[in-house]
Amino acid sequence: MGMDMFNTLERRNRAQAKDRMTRLIARLDIKGPNLIKGIHLEGLRVIGSPNEHALRYYQQGVDELIYMDCVASLYGRNHLGDIVRSAAENIFVPMTVGGGIRSVEDAMQILRSGADKVAVNTAAIANPQLITEISRRFGSQCMVLSIEAKQIGAEQWEAYTDNGRERTGIDVIEWVKRGVSMGAGEVLITSVDREGTRKGFDIALVKAVAQEVSVPVIASGGMGKPEDLIDVVREGAADAVAMADILHYNRATIGEIRRFAEAAGLEVRHYEYA
Amino acid sequence: MSTPKVTVIDYGVGNLLSVRRGLEHCGAVVTLTADPEQILSAPRVLLPGVGAFSIAMQELHRLGLVAVIRELAHRQTPLLGICLGMQLLLEKSSEFGITAGLGLIPGCVIPVATRTLAGKQQRVPHIGWNALLPSDPSGNWSGTLLQDIQPGEAVYFVHSFMAVPADPAHRIAECVYGGHLVSAVIGRDHIAGCQFHPEKSGEVGLKVLRRFITQ
Repeated sequence: MGMDMFNTLERRNRAQAKDRMTRLIARLDIKGPNLIKGIHLEGLRVIGSPNEHALRYYQQGVDELIYMDCVASLYGRNHLGDIVRSAAENIFVPMTVGGGIRSVEDAMQILRSGADKVAVNTAAIANPQLITEISRRFGSQCMVLSIEAKQIGAEQWEAYTDNGRERTGIDVIEWVKRGVSMGAGEVLITSVDREGTRKGFDIALVKAVAQEVSVPVIASGGMGKPEDLIDVVREGAADAVAMADILHYNRATIGEIRRFAEAAGLEVRHYEYA
Repeated sequence: MSTPKVTVIDYGVGNLLSVRRGLEHCGAVVTLTADPEQILSAPRVLLPGVGAFSIAMQELHRLGLVAVIRELAHRQTPLLGICLGMQLLLEKSSEFGITAGLGLIPGCVIPVATRTLAGKQQRVPHIGWNALLPSDPSGNWSGTLLQDIQPGEAVYFVHSFMAVPADPAHRIAECVYGGHLVSAVIGRDHIAGCQFHPEKSGEVGLKVLRRFITQ
C-alpha cells in the first residue's frame, strides 16, 4: 500500500464526525418458548416465535441481537440455550444473551450455545464480583452489564432487578461506574419508564450513563419511531440502540430504520439488502 | 463439484461453534481436530483463535502443531487464520512481552492504539462493525478472499491487538479506527488472515467463507 492511499484514508477518517458506527440491535424478550413484549417490562403479550422474528431481522440486516429471558431471574433458570443454539444455525451476527445468568458456569453454557456476550443484571447486583469473574474468564467484551432504571427524581434513577420488579435502592450512575470498573465491557441501559411506551428513549438517562463510562452504551426502551434513534445517539451519546416494539409490530423494518439514519447523517453500517 | 471440506484446528482456544455453523451454512463439511495427520491431509485448514497470543502459541507447541502448520504452508494448502488465528501467522507479538508466532507472514502484532490520530482517548478493544477498504490503491480484490466484497462493506471486529505485515504487498484490506489503519485482511501465497469475524459479519462475512471453501 502506498503512502498516498494511507494519507487518503487518514484524511477521510479525520473528516468523519463520529468514527464508530451506531449499531442497530433487535431486542427479543423471551418467556418460555415465546417472544413477548410488555409495557414497562410488565403485562407481557405473546408476539410469536423468537427465531422467526430473529431470522427476519437478520435478513433485514440487523447488526446484533439481544435475547433477554424476562422471567428467568424469577425462577432462577434460563430457557434460552435451545433458542440461541437454533438461532446460531442461520444467524451470523453477534448475539447477546441475558436473563438468569448467575455464575461463570451459566455464562459458559450460554456462550457454548452460540452467544457472543452475556448480559447480567440481577446476579451482578447481588454479587458484583461476578462481573469481574465473567470478564476475566471470557474477556470484558463478553460481559454486558444490564441495568433496568426507573427515574426517582431530577437526573436521578434507581436500579431495578428481576425485569423491573424489584427495587434495589442503588443509584444507577454509581452502579454503572462500579460495574465498569469491575470489568463490564458494555452497558445495556433500559429505561423501565419508557419501555414499551413508544415515547422515545430517556435521553437524560442515557446521556448521564454514557458520560460516566468509557465502554459502549446500548440504549433500550421507548423507541417509537426512527427519529427517536437519531435523538438518543446525537443527544444521549448512545453507541448502539436496542429496538423491540417497533420491529415486532412491523412499524418499521431494520432496512427502513437504517436508511433513515443514513439520510439523517448518522454513521451506520451500510448494508444493501434484497 | 464435490462437497468442500474444511478442517478447523481445535486447540482449545475459543468457541468454535459459530465458525463451524458458518462454514456448514456455506455448504462445507467441517472437521474439528488437533490431530497432525488429519490437518496435514486436509484440502484446506482454518486456524481460529480468541484470547492471548502467548497462550495460543503455547497450546500449538504443546500439541505439536507449529511444525504442522508451517508444513501446510510449504505444501501450499489453503490456510485461513481468523482474529487471533490471523495474528499468529506473523513473526512475533508484543502482547505481554515478546512471543514468537508462526512466522508465515513477515511482520509483527502490536496493540491497537489507545488514542485517535487526533490525540483523543479511544475505546480498546476495537469492537463493532467497520468498513473494509482496499490496501492497494487500485482497489482490486480479485483473486483474494474478498473477491465478492465491495469496498466499504462492513464486517464485525473484536480485538485489542493488530497485525502489522512488514511487506505492504501482504496487506489486502484495511479498516480505519480512530484515524489509524488496522490490517483487516492479509495474505501471502495460499495463506490468508482476517482480523474480523466472518462468522459474525452477516452475509458479507459468509461471502468470505464461501470464497475460502471453494479455493
